[in-house]
Amino acid sequence: MLNHKRHGKLAAIAVTAATALALTSCGSDEPASNAGGGSAAPAEPVTITVHTFGGGENFGYDKAVETWNAAHPNIQVKYQNLTDRFEDVYLPQLLQKLQAGSGTADIVGIDEGAMGLMAQRPQFFTDLGQYGLQDRKSDFPAAKWENGINKDGKLFALGTDIGGMAMCYRKDLFEKAGLPGERDEVSKLWPDWNSFMETGKKFQEKVKDAKFLDGPNTLYNTVLSQEAPKNGNVAYFDKSNQLIIETNPAIKTAFDTVKAYSEAGLTAKLASFTPEWNAAIKKGGFAVMGCPAWMVGVIEGAAGEENKGNWDVAAVPGGAGNWGGSYLAIPSQSKHPKEAAEVLNFLTGKEGHVLAFEEANAFPSSLSGQQDPKVSEKKNAFFNDAPVGKIFGDSTANLLPVFLGEKHAQVKTAAEKVLEGMDKGSIPYAEAWTKFVEAGTKAAG
Amino acid sequence: MTLNIDTPAPARRPGPRRSSGRRATGRGGGGLTRFDLRATPYFLVSPYFLLFTLFGLFPLGYTLWASLHDWELGGDKTFLGIDNYVELIADDGFWNAVVNTVGIFVISTIPQLILALMLANALNKRIRGRLFFRLGILLPLVTSVVAVAVVFTQLYGRDYGMINWFLGFFGVEPIEWQNQSWTAWIAISTMIDWRWTGYNAIILLAAMQTIPKDLYEAASLDGASPRRQFWQITIPMLRPTLVFVVFISTIGGLTLFAEPVMFEGNPTMAGGATGQYQTVAMFIVKEAFRDFDMGYASAAAWMLFALILVGILINYSFTRRIGGNK
Repeated sequence: MLNHKRHGKLAAIAVTAATALALTSCGSDEPASNAGGGSAAPAEPVTITVHTFGGGENFGYDKAVETWNAAHPNIQVKYQNLTDRFEDVYLPQLLQKLQAGSGTADIVGIDEGAMGLMAQRPQFFTDLGQYGLQDRKSDFPAAKWENGINKDGKLFALGTDIGGMAMCYRKDLFEKAGLPGERDEVSKLWPDWNSFMETGKKFQEKVKDAKFLDGPNTLYNTVLSQEAPKNGNVAYFDKSNQLIIETNPAIKTAFDTVKAYSEAGLTAKLASFTPEWNAAIKKGGFAVMGCPAWMVGVIEGAAGEENKGNWDVAAVPGGAGNWGGSYLAIPSQSKHPKEAAEVLNFLTGKEGHVLAFEEANAFPSSLSGQQDPKVSEKKNAFFNDAPVGKIFGDSTANLLPVFLGEKHAQVKTAAEKVLEGMDKGSIPYAEAWTKFVEAGTKAAG
Repeated sequence: MTLNIDTPAPARRPGPRRSSGRRATGRGGGGLTRFDLRATPYFLVSPYFLLFTLFGLFPLGYTLWASLHDWELGGDKTFLGIDNYVELIADDGFWNAVVNTVGIFVISTIPQLILALMLANALNKRIRGRLFFRLGILLPLVTSVVAVAVVFTQLYGRDYGMINWFLGFFGVEPIEWQNQSWTAWIAISTMIDWRWTGYNAIILLAAMQTIPKDLYEAASLDGASPRRQFWQITIPMLRPTLVFVVFISTIGGLTLFAEPVMFEGNPTMAGGATGQYQTVAMFIVKEAFRDFDMGYASAAAWMLFALILVGILINYSFTRRIGGNK
């Protein structure tokens, strides 16, 4: 008897301990970032490490790093993409390393969603202004530049890519529905959101085995990115970091839009970035989705070679917008901030941006990068030679900054979960708004 | 009855002889040998306890300490006392996770153990290809949890899943398995059962083989049917093993994590739009590494510990009654 009882208890302790361990481990599985140059004499080359995230070609720095290393024998860059998941893998690890005071790279990539969080923690990052990067201001649209300023008013991060906004659509499904398939005519179908809705209804009348839209997420983000600048340039949080999910008309509009399309039966009820969603991209389960520049790569990857020419890119109803995009920052624990700043300046400069665009379709956030003919005249073969450079450039031209609160990422995730539930039917339409606000409030608390 | 529960008599056989031999050597040596005799056993078992202290006790205590703070990952830490626990007890989200965990545990473990018992009983009989079947039921255990979950999640896919395709032949509309608690619980339970039924069956089978054959022979002579032999001999004799199997299943069930995470498709740890299948372990990870609230997550981890203790107590008192009228 005694024996078994102990076994059970010990096992219980061990299991809880394992959970506890997971909570307290410091994620110090990375080799020290400055192993090469920490105590080296100045004449020896300095190694600058760069850590990024993202699937597929991610930041697209292979070529850029090669170019830099060839020209700078004394500052060698080591580039590593850690994971394809930002919110659930990269960000928690980065925060742990920042708090532990060691283990980060000299230059780290940060997704737009966490910029509000990082802006509230100036102690973790180097002030880029002291290395003269303040002068880059005129090179970026205000929307990109402003998010790199922390709560002390210091510049801590510079932009890499920018999402912009367009609509990706299945040409074959449009033609099946008797709609035009050619991208300029498709763009003319929907100058605004009302006509977009009309197009959707027309499509759905003709086509029964596919839906007009993928699901709630891409539509919601598209509308929100257009509405936020019209309502004081804020989304979930106002500029004093108070939650305004219930009162910001931009959020209500985006919510109501999703609800309208869902109630009209125009969505395939798929949450973005799930295996089912990927399968539907490949098999033609839906015809249109909101499409920032980086989504072009996502679709190409999910759809596969056999769908070449089936997808195309048209303009977004309602004009400009932006969803996503990333930044580079230098943690204050870096031992070579000066050299790291030089590398960061290169990667976020025209040359770095253009190389990343060619490699990973990461659309440049710098104006000089966007104006480079290699970008502005770029056509995408997979998407019927769509002039992606021009389409995404136009969509970011007059972009206004949107303030991102400290807990933007958490609130966004929680709120979009409710949209997914509403679309799939596990949350009744009548209760969805209350649930939406509740979930957001809880995530912010 | 309670005393001989876990020590079947035959296991004791090699005991006395070896220990007397040892004592003989001890008597001849000096103080050093005596020290060696006393200290060596502790020295030999110490690696386990050192590791356990480092990776078991320390995190346990640290989590307790963390749970008393408002502690944000990469942020500030302030002492709160028991506020995290008070908040947790009033948190619908936490209790939703508890209900899911217990729900999945019940609908997975009960059929699983009954099935395992039946399988073990069948494999204990003289059948053709016994070894093949015995190995066969253990085979699912070799596959990784994640692989199992990925494959099953595809089978349960709404649009392109095999199970909905099959149900379609009977006129069933495609089921969105992730959408409701019940359907999600069933889907997750099948993943657990597929992997663990054979494992439990093998343990029970091993226990069945230690039951002396003469008990059955005597029962047969008295005219007891095989069914009656099963209930009156096999089940009571299996009790210690059943207690073990139930304990292990309880711990495994209440810390359920990988299957529901994979079932969701993306590791947001939300367990569905309204948390239809978010387990307590997922809740903890979500609080700690999605919302960066380490203190609150630590409190939830301790609540899970308490929950497991309660679960084990309930199951123990339940299993103790098995065959109690013997």
